[in-house]
Amino acid sequence: MNAKLIIDIAVNLIRARLKQSIVAAVGVTFGIAMFVTLLGFMNGLNNLLDGLMLNRTPHVRLYNEVKPSPDQPVLISKEYKNNTNFIQSIKPKDRGREIYNSKAIINILKQDKRVIDVAPKVTAPVFFNTGSIEITGVVNGIDVPAEEHLFKVSDYIIEGNVFDLNNESNTIIIGKGLAEQMLVKVGDVIKITTIKGGLVSLKIVGIIQIGIAEIDNTMSYTSLRTAQMLLGESASYITDIQVKLTDVMMSPETAKEYRAKFGIDAIDAQTANSQFETGSNVRSIISYAVGITLLIVAGFGIYNILNMMIYEKMDSIAILKATGFSGNDVKWIFISLSLIIGIVGGLFGLLFGFGLSSIIDNIPFETSSLPTIKTYPIDYKYTYYVIGFTFAVCTTTIAGLFPALKASKIDPVEIIRGK
Amino acid sequence: MTLLKLLEENNMSKIILETKNINKYFYDPVKFKVLSDINMSINEGEFVSIVGKSGCGKSTLLYILSTMDTDYEGELTINGVSLTSKTDKDLAVVRNEHIGFVFQFHYLLPEYNVLKNVMLPGIKLAKHSIQEIEHKAMEQLRKLDMVDQALKSPNQLSGGQKQRVAIARALINDPLIIMGDEPTGNLDKKNSDMVFDIFNTLVKERNQALLIVTHDPDFAARTHRTIEMADGRIIN
Repeated sequence: MNAKLIIDIAVNLIRARLKQSIVAAVGVTFGIAMFVTLLGFMNGLNNLLDGLMLNRTPHVRLYNEVKPSPDQPVLISKEYKNNTNFIQSIKPKDRGREIYNSKAIINILKQDKRVIDVAPKVTAPVFFNTGSIEITGVVNGIDVPAEEHLFKVSDYIIEGNVFDLNNESNTIIIGKGLAEQMLVKVGDVIKITTIKGGLVSLKIVGIIQIGIAEIDNTMSYTSLRTAQMLLGESASYITDIQVKLTDVMMSPETAKEYRAKFGIDAIDAQTANSQFETGSNVRSIISYAVGITLLIVAGFGIYNILNMMIYEKMDSIAILKATGFSGNDVKWIFISLSLIIGIVGGLFGLLFGFGLSSIIDNIPFETSSLPTIKTYPIDYKYTYYVIGFTFAVCTTTIAGLFPALKASKIDPVEIIRGK
Repeated sequence: MTLLKLLEENNMSKIILETKNINKYFYDPVKFKVLSDINMSINEGEFVSIVGKSGCGKSTLLYILSTMDTDYEGELTINGVSLTSKTDKDLAVVRNEHIGFVFQFHYLLPEYNVLKNVMLPGIKLAKHSIQEIEHKAMEQLRKLDMVDQALKSPNQLSGGQKQRVAIARALINDPLIIMGDEPTGNLDKKNSDMVFDIFNTLVKERNQALLIVTHDPDFAARTHRTIEMADGRIIN
């Protein structure tokens, strides 16, 4: 009953000063709308840029790193066991790039519940021959269905079809930059030299464009079998095992676990793309900072308007106190008053923010480097809306608190006698 | 006169308000004693007026009695309960339930219409349902001949009408005592008389206690008892 009465009085005070109250609420609305839009837009861009890299990166990649053996002969020797040994000019051990027992590892990984899918890969540095010029590049031998499942390769194919790699033998898909350099098109046959000296002719069945020039200038895809044949290796030769997990945040620990379990090197997506993560974080911090600043400014607006309202309503406050409202009741009247402004302004802010985001979401944004993107990216994550609204309510409450405390301390005698 | 005394004796049974040795100081700019040793009591059905020159402390005394001013020495008892050193919240409840106010200036809330203004202390008390309070408020307004104005906004009313609404509001919770700080000070003779008549009716019909601070000697002369003050003391 009491709360109802207090809210009723607050609503009537707002009605009596409707214009000012609307101005205060519009401040909040603007703040929230910008906060939500800014975060949605910024994170949409972040996700797009991260996606460029992260979607193409396995969450965990298993491979053999080129490195020296950790067990040097002198360390095994019993004679020098208690000495401090200095070894100079260590060379990395030639273990080959092949992952041993890859079939068994893949089977175990596929049974792991945290794993979405596994894609084996063969990478080999090669030379693309055009006339008398040799262009350095990389051949990625992929298991087409698995690769398509994990990394949506077909999204980046601008000409041809990725499944043609399996349908025809001795076929290749090359990067757009590479195709432009060699002046070739789909259907042409190109010659490739491996580093061991073998020469192979492959037919181009597609052109791919990732959107990162450096990669598009050097990269090509063949089927797993073609790559193995290129290197003169058997069908069990695998250089990389790419794993995608259900939760990308789990990749560092999972990588650590696989490293110990299979005795090979494993790198997680976060480590492999740490510079991207940093960029995203900084951008997020900037957009949060701008958004929160907007809301704080709106909070000052509410503070000012409530302060003015209290001076105008001194008589009303005095009469309320004289007729049996305690200081506490008066405080709650003004707190609910600012809460109403905050909630109404906040709700409209969310609405306008969503509208503004939708508008941005429909603005065409076409760039040759991002073939799948047609409009500006927006992230509609509900957490931004929750954070924005919570913050709006908090700021307005705090902004209302000081004037409310002031109102609760007003001495009715002074006002009644002062007349 | 004898009749009046008889009436008083009949009502002596119940003391509504009582003070013991109330002293009050003002500290700004220098310490100054505004009230000294105020001892007084008001009975049920008694119509008391306080008179005195400007600055003699009569309003100050009224605000202490009204519980709004708590900065004093001595003891104040309303309805047998000592109110000295009670919290702001408890005092607000006492004001709400037991004290009705009428001020020199109307002091209605401009945000609400007349009816809602009258109802507000009743809604705050929350002893009755909204319908009952509304019914009661209309009844009060009818008695004061203000029913036609019930849905008007306070600033559409004349001074006398506003004061009648304020009286209706003061009565809504059936208070033990009604206090007035120069309720007729801002009104012309005709309205002044009307307000006095309303007060008089209250005393006669409802056995209501009234304590009115006034400048108007005519008004004071017509009350049951007049307390005269000078320099912070009761002299008569």
